[in-house]
Amino acid sequence: MWSQNKQLPYVLIAPASLFLAVFFLYPFLSVITQAFEHSSSDGYSLKNFQDVFSHWKFSISLENTLLLTAAVVPVQLALALLMATMVNGMTKGREFVLYIWTIPLGISDLAAGIIWLVIFEQTGFLNSLMMSLGLISQPTPLLTYQNPMMIFVAIALAEIWRATAIMLVILVAGIGLIPKEYYEAASVFGASRWQQFARVTLPLLRPSLQTALILRVILAFEVFAVVAALGGTLFPVLMGETYTYQFDLLNSGAAAAIALVILGLSIAFTLLILRVLRVPKGVSI
Amino acid sequence: MDQVGATTKASRMVYLSSIVLLCLWILGPLYLLAVNALSSPEAINQFPMSLIPEFDLESLVFFMKFNGMVDALVNSIIVAVLTMIFSIGLGAPAGYALSRFDFIGKEFFRVMILMTRAFPLPLLALPLAVLFIETGLDDTQIGLSLIHTTLALPFAILITFSLFSGIPKELEEAAWTLGCTRFGAFRHVVLPLILPGITASAIFAFVISWNEVFASAVLTIQNRTLTAFLLQNLDTAPLHLKFAGGFILVIPALVFIFAVRKYLFAMWGISNR
Repeated sequence: MWSQNKQLPYVLIAPASLFLAVFFLYPFLSVITQAFEHSSSDGYSLKNFQDVFSHWKFSISLENTLLLTAAVVPVQLALALLMATMVNGMTKGREFVLYIWTIPLGISDLAAGIIWLVIFEQTGFLNSLMMSLGLISQPTPLLTYQNPMMIFVAIALAEIWRATAIMLVILVAGIGLIPKEYYEAASVFGASRWQQFARVTLPLLRPSLQTALILRVILAFEVFAVVAALGGTLFPVLMGETYTYQFDLLNSGAAAAIALVILGLSIAFTLLILRVLRVPKGVSI
Repeated sequence: MDQVGATTKASRMVYLSSIVLLCLWILGPLYLLAVNALSSPEAINQFPMSLIPEFDLESLVFFMKFNGMVDALVNSIIVAVLTMIFSIGLGAPAGYALSRFDFIGKEFFRVMILMTRAFPLPLLALPLAVLFIETGLDDTQIGLSLIHTTLALPFAILITFSLFSGIPKELEEAAWTLGCTRFGAFRHVVLPLILPGITASAIFAFVISWNEVFASAVLTIQNRTLTAFLLQNLDTAPLHLKFAGGFILVIPALVFIFAVRKYLFAMWGISNR
């Protein structure tokens, strides 16, 4: 009966396919052409890239984006792995703890930036705490250009706070797929908790680790609103520069050029993660 | 023997207190935001901060009265509801097709859907801004919701795919043999079973749109959404306005995660494979 109707599946996927063709494929192709079209000349050229690369802010925003990713993602990975293993052994209260740990999944990056602003602004809770500990005598502004390290720390903390949950959810789902028998066998042979983690969980979790890392790294390259809320223009990042070019400078060619840089980085790191964490052919749980 | 008991007891203590600590790590900053949002503007600028809110609604009232804020809130809701309708309306049939039929191109379609997640999707707002100006969709709620649907649709397809796969084909087949049409069987057998899951993925689509900042900021000028409005006013807005705005942004998140908590892991588990 299911195979009788040959057209039905195509009818059912047609609306979604058509939609993605118009709103994914088309803009994807035109962002590429836009990047190579410059207002000063006909035809395609690399002028937009030259404009963007020669601007002093580009290398800083590239550096900031990469540094932030390098600082945030490993911490998130470790934290998510820790949380996922902790919750795995839980019987009572598991659902409650998971609910709390996954709350940030629903919180926008802008809101997360504002939440950490509550702590880091001049009359905020961090200064209040330092004051009550007698470390400072009056509140000094923390997020200023004299204090780039503090801005970096605030943004990194906000990112770790907000976006660890997405890795956690993927890893918890992944650990749930590992058969309990493997752990039983491991403990029969006298494996310690750590050995079970290193020899059973980690290798079998590889597909989930792959997904979690790819998703997280791509999102890290897109960091924007958290930075806007905490660092403003003091901490330029790639996505913020794209926004500035598009919106403030009305230069969509240059905006598209940076967009392609972000896209290139995303693809490069996706391939790298796929390669480093490759799952051997024919292996499945 | 006693010593073994003591070490397991100690490690249990470490285990439990780390769980509590990690819960506080999530809840603490949220609490501090609530303290600020529920205090008067004077209290927010006062130093040092009190850890207990005044339960003064002045900041929130100020926020609601701020020029353009209510419009932005309404825009956010309209865009999110439209995104919800589009992504479920387009995504659920595709999810059903993936779960029930073997057809040529199925694997290609599935991989394409997975691939969309590997792209920085908000960037697609840049060329669409031009297209929208040409078609009159610029600065409209429907235009923005179409971009947000691009973000939410792949999730909607994968989630509904996994939900439909959880309902045995045999149930539908039984209904056919009892004289139901294909549509009747779907309507009376599958739909009631799938409805809670569909609701969960609809809420998911709502939140994706509600939280989105970049495309909203690029594509709207007059009809700003809440996130775009807050972003635009970050430099100039007083602190209590930002905090009240952040608070309003966060509330749906708490409700959302609670509502879909049962489906969260099933959703992500399936999209792994």
